[in-house]
Amino acid sequence: MPKYIGKEMSRVDGVAKVTGKAKYAAEFKVPNLAYGFIVTSTIAKGAIKSLDTTEARRAPGVIDILTHENYPKPAPPASTELKPEINANVRDKSFRALASNQIFFNMQPIALVLAETFEQARYAARLVKATYTPEKQLTEIAGSLDKALVPNPERAAKPRGNPAETFKSAPVKIEAEYTIPIEHHNPMEPHGAIAFWEGEKLTIFDKTQGVYVVRRHLATSFNIPEVNVSVVSPFVGGAFGSSLRPNYYPALTAMAARVIKRPVKVVYTRTQMYTGHGYRSDTWQKISLGAERNGKLTALIHDSRNNSSTFEDWLENTTNYTRTIYACPNAHTSQQLVRTDLSTPAPVRAPGAVSGMFALECAMDELAYELKIDPLELRLINFTDVNPDTGKPYSSKALRECYRMGAEKFGWKDRKFEPRSMRDGRLLVGWGMATGVWGAFQQAASVRIALKSDGSAHVASATADIGPGTYTVMTLIAAEYLGLPAERVKFELGDTKFPRAPVQGGSFTTASVGSAIYESAQNIRRKLLEMANKDAASPFKEAKIEDVEMTDGKLQVKNDPSRFVNISELMRRNNLEELVDVHEAKPSPEREKYATGAHGAQFVEVKIDPDTRVVRVTRAIEVTACGRIMNPKTSHSQEIGGVVWGIGMALQEATEIDHRYGRIMNPNLQHYHVPVNADVLNVETIFVEEDDRIVNPLGIKGMGELSMVGIPAAIANAVFHATGKRVRNLPITPDKLL
Amino acid sequence: MRPFKYTEGKDETSAVRAVVVNRESKFLAGGTNLIDLMKEYVERPNELVDVSQLPLAQIKNTSNGISIGALAKNGATANHPLVRQNYPLLSMAILAGASGQLRNMATNGGNLMQRTRCQYFYDIAMPCNKREPGTGCGALEGINRIHAIFGWSDKCVATYPGDMANALYALDAVVRVKGANGQERTIPIQDFHRLPGNEPQKDNNLEHGELIIGIDLPKNNFANKSYYLKVRDRASYAFALVSVAAALETDGSNIRQARVVLGSVAHKPWRSGEAEKALVGKPATDATFNAAAEAALKEAKPLAHNGYKVELGKRAIVLALQRAMNGGAE
Repeated sequence: MPKYIGKEMSRVDGVAKVTGKAKYAAEFKVPNLAYGFIVTSTIAKGAIKSLDTTEARRAPGVIDILTHENYPKPAPPASTELKPEINANVRDKSFRALASNQIFFNMQPIALVLAETFEQARYAARLVKATYTPEKQLTEIAGSLDKALVPNPERAAKPRGNPAETFKSAPVKIEAEYTIPIEHHNPMEPHGAIAFWEGEKLTIFDKTQGVYVVRRHLATSFNIPEVNVSVVSPFVGGAFGSSLRPNYYPALTAMAARVIKRPVKVVYTRTQMYTGHGYRSDTWQKISLGAERNGKLTALIHDSRNNSSTFEDWLENTTNYTRTIYACPNAHTSQQLVRTDLSTPAPVRAPGAVSGMFALECAMDELAYELKIDPLELRLINFTDVNPDTGKPYSSKALRECYRMGAEKFGWKDRKFEPRSMRDGRLLVGWGMATGVWGAFQQAASVRIALKSDGSAHVASATADIGPGTYTVMTLIAAEYLGLPAERVKFELGDTKFPRAPVQGGSFTTASVGSAIYESAQNIRRKLLEMANKDAASPFKEAKIEDVEMTDGKLQVKNDPSRFVNISELMRRNNLEELVDVHEAKPSPEREKYATGAHGAQFVEVKIDPDTRVVRVTRAIEVTACGRIMNPKTSHSQEIGGVVWGIGMALQEATEIDHRYGRIMNPNLQHYHVPVNADVLNVETIFVEEDDRIVNPLGIKGMGELSMVGIPAAIANAVFHATGKRVRNLPITPDKLL
Repeated sequence: MRPFKYTEGKDETSAVRAVVVNRESKFLAGGTNLIDLMKEYVERPNELVDVSQLPLAQIKNTSNGISIGALAKNGATANHPLVRQNYPLLSMAILAGASGQLRNMATNGGNLMQRTRCQYFYDIAMPCNKREPGTGCGALEGINRIHAIFGWSDKCVATYPGDMANALYALDAVVRVKGANGQERTIPIQDFHRLPGNEPQKDNNLEHGELIIGIDLPKNNFANKSYYLKVRDRASYAFALVSVAAALETDGSNIRQARVVLGSVAHKPWRSGEAEKALVGKPATDATFNAAAEAALKEAKPLAHNGYKVELGKRAIVLALQRAMNGGAE
């Protein structure tokens, strides 16, 4: 019986977080610190004609002002295919600040004011005056869908079967277009960094989802060896994908520190975050479904277009799960992008999947109404146990059980099929459902375990904890397999001095780093067994590594507690203060024989005021099958958070651009709405556990992104059920329902 | 933020004088709107005269109603027994706004002075006649979903965003002001805010240096039949798309007196004389309420993105009147 796995553990960093002891990037105390404040452009496209910093330089406390005119130039481009004015580096096409006078998006950084205090820098930043040579910008895909292009035609998906013909002749058809506006991550913590140089060595405290990504970005930016760059990021106040790719501020901060030869801190304002780290792209999708009268899908066509910037090709992977979620012999998906004069999009929680499944799962609901088949029944009719593209069976897929349990908990059988048929007093009641899906990914990850002779352990990996509870789950896994009390295990992350781990993204952290800890603990166990067996009196003669376990500070034979050695004593006898193992875990080749994925079913109730058309999500039941649950407490918290995100996406979130200026007009939490507590009523999250040791040795699948995937569609379907009105353009605000 | 001088207001007279002599100074009370705007460089005073410690926070009975101090906090005002018992509409309106934390900082005088939430006003890179006269109105042909449908001009389509003032308009409040000359004067609430016309930079009719010292509410018979309805994009911490302060006094089944004030539809709270005329002397029925709603919105002139406010406004008026008739029950 596991001691820790599957049992609730409170966050090991919880006290530090609520008492302010946990240090976020911009909170580190560094002597002689200078403060940078970013000045941004007021046009979306064109060039800077002049930059007047005279008055700003005269303001109190100003040390220096960096602009494209005095910014030390990066090395010349090694390839002509990249625009040198954006980025001279071939490996990394991300936008760099102050590289030239060219303007590629509104609110682009054009200067960095450095001063003795933050307030002085902010004030002087207001005194920098720019003039421009503007050009006409394009900042939306609506009206420009014909300009869409396929960036990598060779990688485009090929049709399965004959979808076009089958669709044409299908007895029942649905064809509908769905749009999702730009949405921003809006984590609590604004992005920021503190950088300083010691000779050619750079140290940066940064908010990031992957310290090694920032290290590589900075090493290439300054043309210095990666080992010269230390990136420290122990706590992250939410990121949701906004700190996966290199943002422009770390290199800018580091350059400023190099120029003025002092440590420099730069933190985005809330407004600067809207053009400083990407966003969920502006998306148009068309779904065409053909079906038999019995509900069997015969054709499925999913066309998707999204915006990108003019300097990077970003495809929103909306169609990723369309081809595999339902059994349908004929399917085609296509993704195209429209280049716009905006900054480049970025992954935002459940990137692609939540957008694509919003369209697909709304279309499935529309098909259910066309067929007069219960929406849940329609999903079951088209259920698949194999990946329809490859024919491979799923390593595990407890989606049927999710549907069953969710429907039962929710009371789905009492649903009246007809729209506008359910009421609570004067309120319109709507019940909707949808399917959620995400991958069960694992990436190569490394960990270092130091088991100490005092009965404690230090475990470290350069992963991140952006909020899901990584500190806690890694402590828990290490304690389980090292046989130590969790209080004696210290897990550290977020520092390039630790072994390499992938970014925290894709919901693969626990599967990747957790597997590394599991395997490394096994190595430790093997070393201890060998050490014990050097002793003539070893109780483990003949025992294999699988026959022994580490528990309560002892190495002992499984099922025979009488045969053991005390680990601390064993180490002391061998004059070992610590036993170290550094290990990289990789996905097993066994996975290739299977289709893998994590799934879920969402059931939602909305109540809508028949007059004002205000929508309230009164109930949400989310049932999730994502392998084995390590820590139910933080896991439920993840799932609830995903439902809340889904509520925001369905009903509230939209980044508004005035296309006359190509400028975001609601870049703040006053005008950009996310759910508040009063918007979140009854949310119940349930796990259907799967024992799947094919995905990885601990049977872990990701859940953080999966948790929101079906929610927007389920809410939109519930709104249709309540009102009879199908809103295909998010967010569903009251004005769209009048 | 522009560097500014901080001056402590010792008493009303010296505080007023300090502002009067400096065109670029402003009073500071709760600061919940002013400080935000200073950070955004929208407001750029070179001096703040802090009046927050002046003894103007009392709420008390008067011979003809109650008097509310300008520096009483919004939260304290909404929860004061005199307000809850006699003017529940005011209590409802205040509690519909902002958040608990903000209501505990914000003062009643400051609430009347809060500035529009127009996105163009907030962004100093954008044209805005209210912020910078002569630069144009960004919202007129821009993003104007939250903007005015009444009383706007081609110079400005911004709305007054607050909740409290809508109730004050319905309750015939009188604003007491310490004049620049040191004399007190009173301003009927309907004359306090103004329409944008050619001078949208002026939100209200206060002279520079005039200090709000209190708000008087006369007695009325609306306490049992009033309701504040706020329609918004999320359940809390959002400005209204449309709000309605409704109050009725009935004589048997007939309406003797009525107040209908729409919020977030104009540069000031929009008291609808047309709606009130359609109600007074009529039976308190849905038909009457519908007629009042039609009358109220008849002259509405929506912009490109706020046409929904016309229909939403009608529905909100009917709902608010029904609930007022029900003694506030939903």
